[in-house]
Amino acid sequence: MGVRIEKEESTVKAFLNGEIDHHCAPEIRNEIDLAVDESHPETLVLDFGEVTFMDSSGIGLVMGRYQTMKGIGGRVTLENTPSHIKKVMRLAGMDRFANIL
Amino acid sequence: MSRKENEMRVILAPKSCNEAVARSVVTAFVMQTDPSVSELSDIKTAVSEAVTNSIVHGYRSCTGNIELLCRIFDDKTLYIRVSDKGCGIADVKKAMEPLFTTAPEEERAGLGFAVMESFMDSVQVRSTPGKGTSVIMKKRILSKTPVRTGALENECS
Repeated sequence: MGVRIEKEESTVKAFLNGEIDHHCAPEIRNEIDLAVDESHPETLVLDFGEVTFMDSSGIGLVMGRYQTMKGIGGRVTLENTPSHIKKVMRLAGMDRFANIL
Repeated sequence: MSRKENEMRVILAPKSCNEAVARSVVTAFVMQTDPSVSELSDIKTAVSEAVTNSIVHGYRSCTGNIELLCRIFDDKTLYIRVSDKGCGIADVKKAMEPLFTTAPEEERAGLGFAVMESFMDSVQVRSTPGKGTSVIMKKRILSKTPVRTGALENECS
């Protein structure tokens, strides 16, 4: 499990991979927050294309980043979300907070 | 009346790295029922939530083991019990309300029971404060398009 960060002009892209659960969520959170603190982007993109499993720990991760981005006037976009992860996202009502693509 | 066909009992230490272990052993056991990708994903997610609850909430201030009991019945009903001897839950009804969490500072979403209830056919919680909690989940495997073994191996590699 890990995360690869790419920074563009006003965007931070976090490419998540592997399994997201309570065990590995804190490390991912720290890496993303560090990149956001450094760049103050307008948009944070969380790319789930390589994520093979996610439970509600991932919802906490997304909601926490949504709060962070809201605090600096930015937004969160979720990209390449596999169907089994969309199911957890929708259960949590995440589609009300962030664009899920 | 359905008949028990197989049973698995696994004891786990309440360490967060064992959340993945619990998902792996349940996946291996459940494969006997030829679940679909979606059914298997639902079961793994529900088990992950129950085991995480035991670690995060049950054993927050004490320690012990988590017991994972899985049974398969001849009508392809899966029975999973996740039990701990942790602090227990004083108000189970409140704990099962969506967004309720005892660990907001850890960014816990409070959706564990909501996920379990949504992804499994039934969820029962038995808890005694100071003695522990058991979560019993059932799901009948209905799939006619099972996960291919090869596909699962690729997913796990």
